[in-house]
Amino acid sequence: MIEKALKGSRGYWAWVALLLVLIGLGISAYARQMSLGLGVTGMGRDISWGVYIAQFTFLVGVAASAVMVVLPYYLHNQKAFSKIVIVGEFLAVSAALMCMLFILADMGRPDRVLNVLRYPSPHSMVFWDVMVLNGYLFINLISGWAVLGAEKKGVPPAPWTRPLIYLSIPWAFSIHTVTAFLFAGLPSRHLWLTAVLAPRFLASAFAAGTAILILLTFILRKVASFDAGQEARNKLAVLSAYAGVANFFLLGTEFFTAFYSNVPQHKQSLQYLYFGLEGHAPFVPWMWLSLIMGLVSVGLLISPSIRRQNSWLIAACVGLVLSIWIDKGVGLVIGGFVPTPLEAIVDYVPTATELSVTLGIWSIGLLVLTVLLKTAIAVKTQE
Amino acid sequence: MNQQRRDFLRKAGLGALAGIGAAAGMLPLFALEKTDMTVFTDKPVPGKVRWGMLVDTRKCREGCNECVVRCHHDHNVPDFGKSKNEVKWIWKSRYEEAFPTASKQFQSPDVENRNVLTLCNHCAEPPCTRACPTEATFRRWDGIVSMDYHRCIGCRFCMAACPYGSRSFNWQDPRPAVKELSATYPTRERGVVEKCNFCSERLVKGQLPACVESCAGNALTFGDLNDPGSELRKMLAANETMQRKPELGTLPSVFYII
Ligand code: SF4
Ligand code: SF4
Repeated sequence: MIEKALKGSRGYWAWVALLLVLIGLGISAYARQMSLGLGVTGMGRDISWGVYIAQFTFLVGVAASAVMVVLPYYLHNQKAFSKIVIVGEFLAVSAALMCMLFILADMGRPDRVLNVLRYPSPHSMVFWDVMVLNGYLFINLISGWAVLGAEKKGVPPAPWTRPLIYLSIPWAFSIHTVTAFLFAGLPSRHLWLTAVLAPRFLASAFAAGTAILILLTFILRKVASFDAGQEARNKLAVLSAYAGVANFFLLGTEFFTAFYSNVPQHKQSLQYLYFGLEGHAPFVPWMWLSLIMGLVSVGLLISPSIRRQNSWLIAACVGLVLSIWIDKGVGLVIGGFVPTPLEAIVDYVPTATELSVTLGIWSIGLLVLTVLLKTAIAVKTQE
Repeated sequence: MNQQRRDFLRKAGLGALAGIGAAAGMLPLFALEKTDMTVFTDKPVPGKVRWGMLVDTRKCREGCNECVVRCHHDHNVPDFGKSKNEVKWIWKSRYEEAFPTASKQFQSPDVENRNVLTLCNHCAEPPCTRACPTEATFRRWDGIVSMDYHRCIGCRFCMAACPYGSRSFNWQDPRPAVKELSATYPTRERGVVEKCNFCSERLVKGQLPACVESCAGNALTFGDLNDPGSELRKMLAANETMQRKPELGTLPSVFYII
């Protein structure tokens, strides 16, 4: 089936070539990091995680959001999603792959990664995260591929695919819950030490993930003449809008608890991110951009008459994705380290090397997604 | 030899037994070191001993850095200055940095300006070991929170989990930044985490931690927190002391007299 990805237009090959160039750039930056150490990044003793872990966190959400098409289609028989299910599953596969690459890129000794399996430590949330992420990748890859293969042959999918697909639904919730638990169980990192972190992760994931899916359907319609259908998009837009509402509601409760209780430790990270702390305010414009753009986008998506107009729908989805990417893919992880345990305020600026590796990993993910979707569309359109 | 000293030797000697197992990978040299076997009467019992320290900040001299220098020399801690790649095991912090959750309003200027020694607390409930996915950092039978540099994958979860900033990561090759190589402790590689080990390599030999030994002002007292008769426990009973961030439930084994 994969051979279908080898036939494509000039535009397709130009896109693949561009991704390959960016991957090459990423690999050379990673080689530099490997030879000199993680000191080539902006991370340090105080801000000990940076873009890598932040991208990982954001992408776990994207992976989990496949459930927003799988669940209605398989559990509620929503036929409108028949064409988009495979897109969701393959998006999950590529996002989960990127998550693992980001974890690897962040590790000081990636050569020892198997130690996580050699010395299983159930008390560590990382152990569970590695388990569920790998499981999720394979569940989606296997079930998506098997269903597609059956479709190619014109036969119904094998009976074992059903339970596997059902399994993927709670599994999607688990990957993002466990990812939130990586952060939410650490004492003294007060931005993370909150019970609403897991629900907020899920809400922001379903908002941004479904928005990405909607945008993907527009892209596929344009570049591959494959239309997942207006109805599917509309339904997804509603899901995205309400997930967005939930996300901003939960963010609001964080603000209330921190500022009404007036407990300094609870306030400080939020102050640093949104208002600046002791003269340090590198993220303030970004966080407000994220907040305003997110709220406006959610507003646009909620209004039925606006979300039915494609140009507004696209704008709202782009806005929501960017908003959540800033919030989760930048602010949440880095803000959690400020102030440090010794009350210092340390700023973090990613380096060119770090950003090149990041871009490289995104490109690997996009390449895998491109190849998988190319195959899927070729099968679906009987090329 | 006084009773206190003999007791200390006996307990520390037990470390050699544990050392053969737990630290064999980490300190092959020391694990094989000849220890005077006559000092032990029984096998190490997990939880029997809990090493701890009391820092008397009143005795700690302003401007003196003897313990820091000695520790960092003995353990081959690289010197990257105050950069983001800094590695440190023990250092001086201002009072309000060390105790950010202790009251600071109208603090006496003396205390406010006092420098406080900060190091790993060898917590009895350490969040760092809980977060570690490989048991590369673990709590030993004698309460010391130790590192296995050969197992650590460099994920830095322990650093995010430690509420005291006690851990450092080797962001770059540490060896060129070790000024004067010491034969008392192995050097580390790039990509792993390290921190104070309460001088477990010295305890095995019946010696006090390097910082304690080096302090001319006698500001540091080391001993067994589980032994009500130890000098340390007597001092804890006789003085008003503090632990860092006690509200987190980590149960630090390092105490402070302010
Ligand atoms: S002070 Fe930090 S590194 Fe030391 S035992 Fe406690 S949590 Fe772990
Ligand atoms: S950096 Fe090393 S010691 Fe720390 S949590 Fe990861 S594997 Fe464990």
